[in-house]
Amino acid sequence: MQDHYHAAPTGRNKPRSLHDLLYSKAIRTTFYQVLMAVAICALGLFLYNNVVDNLTRQNIATGFSFLGQVSNFEIGEKLIPYTPRSTYLNALMVGLVNTLVVSAAGIIIATVVGFMVGIARVSGNWMLERLALTYVEIVRNVPVILQAIFWIVVLRNLPPPKNAFVLGEFGFLTNRGLYFAAPASTPVHFWMWLALAFGIVACIIGTVAARRYREVTGRYVDMLLPGLALILGLPFLVWLVAGAPTEISYPVPKGFNYVGGVSISPEFTALLIGISMYASGFIAEIVRSGIQATPKGQVEAARAIALKPRFIMRYVILPQAMRVIVPPLTSQYVSLIKNSSIAVVVGYPDLVNIGNTMMNQTGQAVEAIAVMMIVYLGISLTASLVMNLFNRFVAIKER
Amino acid sequence: MKDLTKVFHSGVASATLAVMLLSVAPAAAESGDTIKAIIARGELLCGVHPSRPGFAAPDDKGNWAGFEADYCRALAAVVFGDATKVRFVALSSQQRFPGIQSGEVDVLARNVSATMGRDVSLGLNFTPPIFYTGTGFLVHVDSGIEKLEDLDGATICMAPGSTTEQNIASLFSARGMSYTPIVIEDNKQLVANYVEGRCDALAKDKAALPGVRAIDTENPEEHKMLPGIFSKEPLAMAVRQGDDHWYDLVKWTVYATFVGEEMGVSQANVDEMLQSPDPDVQIMLGVTGDLGEKMGVSQDWAYQAIKQVGNYEDIYLRHFGPGTPIELDRDLNQQWVDGGILYGFPIK
Repeated sequence: MQDHYHAAPTGRNKPRSLHDLLYSKAIRTTFYQVLMAVAICALGLFLYNNVVDNLTRQNIATGFSFLGQVSNFEIGEKLIPYTPRSTYLNALMVGLVNTLVVSAAGIIIATVVGFMVGIARVSGNWMLERLALTYVEIVRNVPVILQAIFWIVVLRNLPPPKNAFVLGEFGFLTNRGLYFAAPASTPVHFWMWLALAFGIVACIIGTVAARRYREVTGRYVDMLLPGLALILGLPFLVWLVAGAPTEISYPVPKGFNYVGGVSISPEFTALLIGISMYASGFIAEIVRSGIQATPKGQVEAARAIALKPRFIMRYVILPQAMRVIVPPLTSQYVSLIKNSSIAVVVGYPDLVNIGNTMMNQTGQAVEAIAVMMIVYLGISLTASLVMNLFNRFVAIKER
Repeated sequence: MKDLTKVFHSGVASATLAVMLLSVAPAAAESGDTIKAIIARGELLCGVHPSRPGFAAPDDKGNWAGFEADYCRALAAVVFGDATKVRFVALSSQQRFPGIQSGEVDVLARNVSATMGRDVSLGLNFTPPIFYTGTGFLVHVDSGIEKLEDLDGATICMAPGSTTEQNIASLFSARGMSYTPIVIEDNKQLVANYVEGRCDALAKDKAALPGVRAIDTENPEEHKMLPGIFSKEPLAMAVRQGDDHWYDLVKWTVYATFVGEEMGVSQANVDEMLQSPDPDVQIMLGVTGDLGEKMGVSQDWAYQAIKQVGNYEDIYLRHFGPGTPIELDRDLNQQWVDGGILYGFPIK
């Protein structure tokens, strides 16, 4: 703001002319910013009115009231209650949940595979490095849509339910999906999941506390085993306390398919493998670059003070690599979420697939597309936000 | 200020194009606008199915062939006196309604079932149906499925957003049966899913199934259609609401093909029929009267349509008749005098 005064060449004693005022830096920057904002708003308003005008003139119904109408179509895979008598909004929620599930699973798989392959790329083992390089070059250079189609074709050509691959008594692999035995559903499962969540939180708190303790006293507490005990032990304990229910539900052939047990559809699997392998190739390269960005001297110094290799990775390389890894990782996660929309090609009922059906049945293309855009924007922004927080957490703190 | 407006408009044009064609192409809402635009352009833009053998699909030479494609040609013959002045625009099931609404095409002849919902909420007008059909199922012969009730619990392949999707939901819930839909937009992927056994049945308009069976499957004898038609699907051409003149023109072109068959005026004998003493034939072919002129086209409009494309029977037999890959019984698609429900309003 002090530039305001320096900008006027005549100095602060003389009264400033209109010319000086107009050319002052503060006024000009504010003016252009306001002008820009007004222009953008006007453009938006103009576009909106234009669309509404045209729709009205063409006698096309507008508005979002159609979301409350009965959808009258069935959805193949649903994780929340839905029937053809539910509303379009319900249908969209089913699609949203499906998108979130396949994206979350995809992010986990892509991250695990990506880190493994990325570390393998710089492992020093010639065979492993070549294998990892080949994997990366294949998965990231083939368009993701082709990869998904490739996997759906592979899965569709598995044997039909009648002569399925039998995996012991415990599962069946067919072109209708993978059916496998699972513990029969009991209310205990809910408490076990709760215990798992509690264990994860406790583990994080414990790790942070252990670090504080180390920073204060210099004594190292290994949280690996206690952490595992918390995460896996707690649900196990709940299971024991609840009387250790051991009933297993087996898939049995009935009618066209199998009933009982748990099944994973080929559409879900093909989409999941497609999008997560594609992203894992990029993530592997990001991880490799992060590791290679760590100065060699750091590793040598760590070795010189006889740190165990596990600690070198954990306390020397990874913290420095993470600040290089996390920002580009965020964009990989966001693009994986968006890539999940190729579900329409393989027939997985994700948000776009259901949105398409809705758009076609109601004819309200503008509204349907707007809903889909807003939802994707919301998901992607949330993912970015979480990753930015994580980035702040892993960023090197200068003390 | 004028410049600013211009800048605005060009910006708007490109930005909106990305969102939807709706806002840039001011669709003809006034009566008579559509025909003016067609004549100024020199060709008719006709929205058709990208690949539905029998109805509309490019043949091995790249020319569009099919029942609906021929109706586009008949319209061009009426407007220009030249059936070749058509540009076919292939539209997916998602693109078809925005395509007609935005003015990307002048008329939609794309396996569209006329329903009240579409009529009143999409800003469309439907011509008299040119093809009556209904939902049918293609199943694997070795599956042992003989009737609809056998499909309880089955996995069924279908296209997204089609009336089929809704019909099946209604059919199954009315019978207390369950099913798993596999919904895929790409027709090739959809059919492959069924053929390779991912689905127990493929649901489509019954008229489309013989084409799938004959052309898209490797061994047609391994597939059969379930007996019965399970819904009403009156396939009609659609135009934008608001241009009554264009709507009339499309409607009477359809009726001319019906009436032509009914009165025995076919592509083969239309030239002789010009000498016919029957006053109705004379009026239709424009030998007497001024109906063509009143509709804003040349006097011989119906003659041109029948001469260059044919009457309903000519068109039907060309694509679904004996000896074609997709033989279909005419069933409901016969003239009312023969027991069908095609009933052309009198051209007089």
